Amino acid sequence: MLWQALTLQLGYNATLVALGAALLGVSSGVTGTFLFLRKRALVSDAISHATLPGVALAFMVMVALGGEGRNLPGLLVGSALSAWAGLLCVTWLTRHTRLAEDAAIGAVLSVFFGLGVVLLTVIQTMGTGKQAGLEGFLLGSTAGMLQTDALIIAVGGALALACIVLLRRPMTLVAFDPEYAQSRGLPVARIDLAMMGLVMAVTVIGLKIVGLILIVALLIIPAVTGRFWTDRSDRVALLAGLFGGLAGYLGAAISAVAPNLPTGPIIVLASFAFFVVSFILAPGRGVLAELFRYLRFQRRVHIRQGLLALAQGQPIYEPLTLRLLKHAGLARADGVATGKGRAHAAKALRDEKRWEVLRADHAHEAAASHYDGLRDIETVLTPDQIAEIDRRIGPPRQVVQ
Amino acid sequence: MLDLVRTRSPEEEIVASPMAIRGLTVSYGQKPAVFSVDMTVQPGAMTAIIGPNGAGKSTLLKAALGVIKPLSGRVTVYGKPLAAQRARIAYVPQRASVDWDFPTRVRDVVIMGLYRELGLLRRVKPRHVERTMDCLARVGMTDFADRQIGQLSGGQQQRVFLARALAQEADLYLLDEPFAGVDAATEKAIIGVLKALKDEGKTVVAVHHDLATVVDYFDRVFLINTRKVAEGSVGDAFTAETLQAAYGGRLATAQIDQISRALG
Repeated sequence: MLWQALTLQLGYNATLVALGAALLGVSSGVTGTFLFLRKRALVSDAISHATLPGVALAFMVMVALGGEGRNLPGLLVGSALSAWAGLLCVTWLTRHTRLAEDAAIGAVLSVFFGLGVVLLTVIQTMGTGKQAGLEGFLLGSTAGMLQTDALIIAVGGALALACIVLLRRPMTLVAFDPEYAQSRGLPVARIDLAMMGLVMAVTVIGLKIVGLILIVALLIIPAVTGRFWTDRSDRVALLAGLFGGLAGYLGAAISAVAPNLPTGPIIVLASFAFFVVSFILAPGRGVLAELFRYLRFQRRVHIRQGLLALAQGQPIYEPLTLRLLKHAGLARADGVATGKGRAHAAKALRDEKRWEVLRADHAHEAAASHYDGLRDIETVLTPDQIAEIDRRIGPPRQVVQ
Repeated sequence: MLDLVRTRSPEEEIVASPMAIRGLTVSYGQKPAVFSVDMTVQPGAMTAIIGPNGAGKSTLLKAALGVIKPLSGRVTVYGKPLAAQRARIAYVPQRASVDWDFPTRVRDVVIMGLYRELGLLRRVKPRHVERTMDCLARVGMTDFADRQIGQLSGGQQQRVFLARALAQEADLYLLDEPFAGVDAATEKAIIGVLKALKDEGKTVVAVHHDLATVVDYFDRVFLINTRKVAEGSVGDAFTAETLQAAYGGRLATAQIDQISRALG
């Protein structure tokens, strides 16, 4: 059943939803990356909650004009207008008062959302009979999705992506170093506003499928997931698009199989699954890689300390050090060095002396900056330089046994 | 006093200066950080902006560049308004002003210096890459081109910022504390690059905090403590009196003596 859903064999409506959700995921993932890089992820939460009064007001206006209240393009225009108002409020509060951005976000988000809920309640008492369905915008509802709805998502998402291709350089520059960007004459405030406009566009086209409460997850989670895999901002954006698209597709397919589950939350959970896998397994920034790096480093430190202790005839008390030395064939279980161990210990002690000379000498400053107590001196000096240092130290001595 | 040698009129001086600031006031809230400051940067010279902590050194630089909006004042660059001359200025911000965990490589940061040429959509061509690598070579960072910027030491970060400014091929270089918290190797590398710029006829202005190196590194000084205290060649304006005036009691007499001895 899930396989059929994934291969788009579950009927016309399910196919529309899956493709729409995938497109939405791609555009929200890519757009969200720039929001994430600019460290303004939460502004999108204010924007999305600010759509609700617009949805309700648009419904009322359309009904009052004798039209169909649930006309999707009409509702989206309303939501875009009130989202824009919410965004302007956050921007204005941050720039012209002493409120920090997080406080401004909290205030705008709750007031707009509260207003929206009140308006929804009013609509329910209006008795026009056709009000049912507006609540769907809170958590998304894909039941009865029309071809035009999918088309709106496709066109809107494609436009947002085109804008991002056009603005990626200035947006990256502003996100990394806004002061420098300003010094180059870039209109930083306008670029920020354009970025927020794109976020708003993605939010509005995502209302139908994911709903306004959860769209923030689709903007942020793919970007954060992509960050685990790469150290380049353009690749973060591409990966975020990929993860977002896959999550949208997968989530829509799952909810097609289990129609009782709401689509939006399932998409968000699918997105979260990608996040968890990346968080654990990504090479470089994942927790497992981090743990292995730590253990490997710890091992090097212990062996080095053990070798230096052996070289100076000091007893080794640390059980881990003893175990590592024994495992490497450098010492016996009772802590006495093997032949190989003595050779390595002598080298370690000699390197330590060489480093000492190196670090005291101003001429070797660049090389000395590499000192970390572990590094082999051959990696920073030429054999000639080492020979020169050795002349200063004097001939090698017998290591204490 | 009668001027026998014809000096330049105020207007001529502004036109000749790479950066002329007149009556610049910048305020955070109700307390001016920089008050009614005039500054006339001399072409082809290296100028140090000096003053105690919180004297408005960085603020002056940022306001001159339009990064902070001044309350009043006029800034001209080579005699024209700043907006028309952006391409001739390269700014090196304080290293601490950005997040070094940002996902980008050293070479990508330097390519940001080519923003004006690349615009929105033009592709990065081999000659752009060549110029990027050339700028990295000038600051001794060739081997680091493909590193993520988070792996750099403080001094290396500073050199990357300088390389980005070099890529702009500007005429006027403005640096905010380029030597703050860097290792001796970096300091030597940076001053070498700045002196080379001067030899090419470029103009360099740097916010500087280490009074001991002013004489060695710079030709001119600009002393500020909210107001302008002194401006001129190191020999004329960098004296025990002007330092006392700028720093007040914050500078130990021993330090001033040391500096006056260094001046000879």
